[in-house]
Amino acid sequence: MEKRNGIGEVAALWTVANPVCATPARPARHVWETTSNRTASMLRDISAALRRWPLWVRLGWQDVMLRYRRSLLGPFWLTLSMGVMIGILGVIYGNILRLPRVQYLPFLATGVIVWGFISALVSEGCQTFIESDWLIRQMDLPLAMFPMRVVWRNLIVFLHNAVIYLLLLLILPIPVGWGALAAIPALLILMANGLWCGALLGMISARFRDLPQIVASLMQVAFFATPIIWSADALTGNSGLVSANPFFHLVEIVRAPLIGRPVPIFSWWVVGGISVAGWAMTLLAFRHFHRRISYWV
Amino acid sequence: MEAPCIQLDDVWLDYSIYGAKTRSLRHAVASLATGRRVWRGEDGPTRVQALKGIDLDIRDGDRVGLIGSNGAGKTTLLRVLAGAMWPARGHVRRVGLTSALFDVYLGMNSEASGWDNITLRGLFLGLSVAEIRSHTEEIVSFSGLSRDQLSRPVRTFSSGMALRLALSVSTCLNPHILLMDEWIWVSDADFVQRAQQRMNDMIRQTRILVIATHADYLIQQMCNKAVYLRHGEVISVGPVDETLALYHARRAAQPEEAI
Repeated sequence: MEKRNGIGEVAALWTVANPVCATPARPARHVWETTSNRTASMLRDISAALRRWPLWVRLGWQDVMLRYRRSLLGPFWLTLSMGVMIGILGVIYGNILRLPRVQYLPFLATGVIVWGFISALVSEGCQTFIESDWLIRQMDLPLAMFPMRVVWRNLIVFLHNAVIYLLLLLILPIPVGWGALAAIPALLILMANGLWCGALLGMISARFRDLPQIVASLMQVAFFATPIIWSADALTGNSGLVSANPFFHLVEIVRAPLIGRPVPIFSWWVVGGISVAGWAMTLLAFRHFHRRISYWV
Repeated sequence: MEAPCIQLDDVWLDYSIYGAKTRSLRHAVASLATGRRVWRGEDGPTRVQALKGIDLDIRDGDRVGLIGSNGAGKTTLLRVLAGAMWPARGHVRRVGLTSALFDVYLGMNSEASGWDNITLRGLFLGLSVAEIRSHTEEIVSFSGLSRDQLSRPVRTFSSGMALRLALSVSTCLNPHILLMDEWIWVSDADFVQRAQQRMNDMIRQTRILVIATHADYLIQQMCNKAVYLRHGEVISVGPVDETLALYHARRAAQPEEAI
């Protein structure tokens, strides 16, 4: 807000009778103290971030709603544009790949929606701390709340896009039963990975400002290298290219239950490995560097 | 019940000023690969020793003015007090709800409504939604804005209205500790004049005030203690007049340091 002129209008304000503000809450409830123990300060940061969920929940909600406040459909604008994209890709690639539309559309739709979630977590994860630099530099906010905000914000977007899947479910005979609910724990796993990803990439991007561009171009390549538009079965004889791609497994654990296919056990192993390794790496890095973030942004 | 206080014990802080190359991952990887030869080039980060062994004991009732020429470490010290910067060495302990008035509009979103901004600002301060709700009535009545106006995005407010809201929010959520940077006062003489009454009230009500400023009259008016910083070190702490006199004497003796 750079409007600092026209202060004259304020004149009326100060004629208001002296207000009596309520007595402050107990001081001891608001203690801030440094410690030389990095692990302790990291744990304190994370627990403070969890305790202050109303703040990041509100910020994330605002991020989504304000982006679309001025459009007629609000955030459902996202749903519409995603729906159009899936429709067009579905027709074109359905023909190219000579797949029956009834089978191809659900596959494509779930793939594109889940991919949208994953790629947003990765690419927005780079901005985790940078986008809030002015807050971080001036207040003692827990830093761990920023990855939470990014994941929560993208969950909201994902749920808006999931409407497309629900519509397809009504229109097309997708062979799913209660087994589709297996997508929910899988989604939670993706969110857990989004947390470490946002913290780690956010930290590195705050220090090295060219990372977001590198990541953005890599994610573009990954979109085409991952079976989203094309099916893994089509890549005959070269299945190593798919199973070595971590993004395939991340997409598959959510997509497969939604289109009535079994999730390969191998995919769960890979995703489990990514989660454990990612969290371990991020906790180590966050423990070491969380105090430097306000210097970097 | 513990009274509000701020204690700094041997606080050291240094930071790097990064050039374009040192902010590049590609460059860092390339220099690692070439035995760090490029990394240590003349473009390497410049270290700045901003605070050197600061000891301060700020108690309930203190109104502290930070004085010193530009680059003495006043703003850095304020950020440490705000908890935004973690010192490299030393210990900081702060008790009390703290509001940093470095930027009146901090934590406000111009696309969000006035109501949303009231809540958001309170959450930033560390209050619960219930606590904010109990203050909302005061904030609204003090801001002089109508309920109708408050449901519009702040973007549509005139600058005067936005300022009224911002100031009402930051002052009605009565902090124990108030940290201020002088530009709030000097950037807009008109603002200071109009906000004087309100600011005075707030300063009277707050238990601890720390303000960084070049303006002697502000310190003489508001403070009962002054801290003279020079090159990141505390030169003296004491009564306002004595410290100001020392500061001016030093500055007269070393004119190259003037402002």
